Amino acid sequence: MLKKALTVLLALVLVFALIGCGGGETPATEGEEGQAEGEALPGEGKVVTMITDTGGLGDKSFNDLAYAGLEKASEELGFELKILQSATEDDYAPNIQTALEDNPALIVCVGFMMEQATVDAAAENPDINFAIVDGVGDMDGDGQQDVDNLLGLKFKENEGSFLVGVAAGLTTETDKIGYIGGMEFPTIIVFESGFIAGVKSVNPDAEVYVEYADSFGDIAKGKEIATAQYNKGADVIYHAAGGVGLGLFQAATENDFWAIGVDADQALTSPENADNILCSMLKRVDTATYTAARSAVEGTFEGQVQTFGLAEDGIGVGDGGENLTEELNGEIEKWKAAIIEGQFTVPATREEVEAFEVPEI
Amino acid sequence: MNDGNKLKKITKDLWLILRFPLISIAAGFFIGAVLILIAGKNPLIAYIALFQGSFGGVDKIGETLFKMTPILMTGLSFSIAFRTGLFNIGGEGQFLAGAITAIIAGWYFQSLPHLLLVIIMFILAILAGAAWASIAGVLKAKMGIHEVITTIMLNYTALYLVNYIVRAVMNPQILLGTKAEAHTVSLPDAARLTKLKDVFEIFGRSSVHTGIFIAVGCAVFMYILLFRTTLGYELRSGGLSPDAAEYGGVKKSRNIIMAMGISGAVAGLAGAVNVMGITYYVAQSSTTPGYGFDGIAVGLVGGLHPIGIIASSFLFGILSNGARKMQLEGIPKEVIAIIQGVIIVFIASQYIIKIIYKKRKENEIKKEKIIPEKSKEEEVR
Repeated sequence: MLKKALTVLLALVLVFALIGCGGGETPATEGEEGQAEGEALPGEGKVVTMITDTGGLGDKSFNDLAYAGLEKASEELGFELKILQSATEDDYAPNIQTALEDNPALIVCVGFMMEQATVDAAAENPDINFAIVDGVGDMDGDGQQDVDNLLGLKFKENEGSFLVGVAAGLTTETDKIGYIGGMEFPTIIVFESGFIAGVKSVNPDAEVYVEYADSFGDIAKGKEIATAQYNKGADVIYHAAGGVGLGLFQAATENDFWAIGVDADQALTSPENADNILCSMLKRVDTATYTAARSAVEGTFEGQVQTFGLAEDGIGVGDGGENLTEELNGEIEKWKAAIIEGQFTVPATREEVEAFEVPEI
Repeated sequence: MNDGNKLKKITKDLWLILRFPLISIAAGFFIGAVLILIAGKNPLIAYIALFQGSFGGVDKIGETLFKMTPILMTGLSFSIAFRTGLFNIGGEGQFLAGAITAIIAGWYFQSLPHLLLVIIMFILAILAGAAWASIAGVLKAKMGIHEVITTIMLNYTALYLVNYIVRAVMNPQILLGTKAEAHTVSLPDAARLTKLKDVFEIFGRSSVHTGIFIAVGCAVFMYILLFRTTLGYELRSGGLSPDAAEYGGVKKSRNIIMAMGISGAVAGLAGAVNVMGITYYVAQSSTTPGYGFDGIAVGLVGGLHPIGIIASSFLFGILSNGARKMQLEGIPKEVIAIIQGVIIVFIASQYIIKIIYKKRKENEIKKEKIIPEKSKEEEVR
């Protein structure tokens, strides 16, 4: 009897495990391909390790973009790409330690949450190259990087958010616009601040509903908030909330209003919603990790802070759904040029939004 | 001869106790191997990596002990409530309450010397965890509201409260005047637990800290409390049969409040140990840390016994630490989660089988009782 029960259970568990496995696969294995060519590549025999924060792969934006950039570099340069995903916050330091055992050419830590752990490890291992996405490595707040072997990859998301704010402000017919943030992190408030400033610059009468989902993955929550904002009259909604945004897109398609994507060109990554994705705020994390890996493998790596803004083409506006009118494109280009020329500074905090005065351009 | 018999009996007893856990673990690894094969990798390489990652040197063992520390404590926390007949799934919230209290205490008493500061932080975190759990305890004891509902709700309350405190009270922007961060101020050096590697070089790069001794100390405390004190006896009897215990003079409501309080105290201490040992700050988060839920699995796999829980938390430590090396071999970290899941399912099924077995035995006893009575009746006729 017992044996029978065990056999049945085993079979059941196996079936469930197999079903579960389909969704849970990560592209961790793909990095090893692409080095089939016979010629010696500069990265041959070298290792680059990427460590994610607790968000992990599969978010179709931030982490996946970072991985895509490294994957491309790996294919071109022939180094071995390894990945470590953190299950909890206190995995950051041990994961970096584990990665160090391979004596890698570069360790890429993805996400500002890992900044402290990365700086600590970089200080202890001055011969290893580190890169931190969304961080600078200035923990003591003196305006200088704390270590020399760390490449801080910093993005000016406020600039891109400003431009999609311009698009939203000019597109809305109800003068009501929505914003959905992931969590009320200072790094996410940057998106909110730039967006509101952009809206106000072209449409001072417009009202912006600001809401936070307290999640970067809860699709249902995203749909719920978006629908609520739509019912309050919002007809354009921007998100900076990772996977939560997929819920926004669903709501936009169902109710036929405009959504604005973030990080990747989401009209391309979510093609089924492309008709309702006005445009996307592009954050070229892939470009950043690609150049970082390239420099480390080719020996030109320098510990410094690299800032990616509109001027560096690290931030931009993507229109994969081709929904922006010529007029809107013209306006966006006009404001973009003004920001690159330095005619005004785009707010990055709520205080700066308060003090922001619409510039004459 | 006599000794041989004794030895035989002990090994037989041991086998009876360890039978289910061992079968479960073996099944977990077997199904994991099948999955790794499906993923196109060699399970042998994967498992070698797993064990190298957790045993390949003192530093690796140190890292395993580090992973074991919080779940040992939350496992104990869950078990003491469970043994009293309470299903405390609020370990997450109590863990957070302890963690944030340690941060607050560490900030306001930062001028104190190391040992005194650490002790004050521990005590306050214990009180915070106990207080947080007692909300559910009192609601259950006085108003009969089921603890599963209240503790799970209190998890969310704790999460959002902590997120608020991180953003608006303990943020570096407010306390230090630097730029806003998504985490609290960091603990001063005096408030941090010593890393074993700073004392013994042999621990290499591992993160294991003195918290492991506190965790094992908790297990010893739990053993003495449960099996060597009157209070422990009362708690256990309340779990085995609440009505019989009450008939025997055990106060039911006091029992519930005590058990939840102690359970929460240990979880709160776990939270404090975790921030003082590794993270040094509490960050805003969209989800609870997960150690409270892991504690449920650790407690059940460990048979709700302090010694069993030490063993099961060590096993889970091996799995989650070895997972790092496996990931570097290109094996998705989800495989480890599946192995853990399978072990838990099997252990849980052990409880189910036990219940079925018990029911059947009861039925047999009933039948035996009925049959003689019937035959008596027949005799009378």
